[in-house]
Amino acid sequence: MSFKITSAVIDPATRKLELEQGAAGACVTFEGWVRNHNDGEAVQALEYEAHQAIAEKEGARIVAEAFERFDVEAVRCEHRVGKLRIGDCAVWVGVSAAHRGAAFDACRYVIDETKARVPIWKKEHYASGATGWVNCATKIAG
Amino acid sequence: MIEVTARYFAAFRERAGRDTERVSTRARTAADLYGELARRYGFADSMTRCKVAINDELADWNVALTAGDEVLFFPPVAGG
Repeated sequence: MSFKITSAVIDPATRKLELEQGAAGACVTFEGWVRNHNDGEAVQALEYEAHQAIAEKEGARIVAEAFERFDVEAVRCEHRVGKLRIGDCAVWVGVSAAHRGAAFDACRYVIDETKARVPIWKKEHYASGATGWVNCATKIAG
Repeated sequence: MIEVTARYFAAFRERAGRDTERVSTRARTAADLYGELARRYGFADSMTRCKVAINDELADWNVALTAGDEVLFFPPVAGG
């Protein structure tokens, strides 16, 4: 599967093996990590939630678009769900291509579109004990 | 009136205090139904930043609802 939602730890070294193609002369990967701060607040942990079926379908569309737009050999993306700790890999994108330009461009395209379109939500747990859903104006009644 | 199933995700689920419910409504479109539920529960996100899926397919807000539809309300996404 070219775009996968997973609750398992993402191991970039293993993922990269799926990109190997004899025709590829370039490999670009992106790892999104859980950061210990956001908007000035100390973050202790993150929880990701997804609608798995729709997320994987929309993700597969994004990967197909990357093949249409860029001259690439292989494109893969994997996104974690569940509770993650600081430093964990939350999302991984890998692209191989004959040349580096297409690999960079396609990798950027896949992560940008994934962040904008795929039904995945992020809840931050702050050091203060409060929590918040990122990007949402809807606040949880206390 | 038609009866549909509403399903809420992430911030919407926590705000509504439920993940699914049957709703009897005069709403003709998914947009109308979002307006109705946003008033009921205090969803503060503009519809243009949210997404809707009907029967497990992403859909246009202006699509007409049919009795028995399952309507999934997605707050603004935040992957990555």
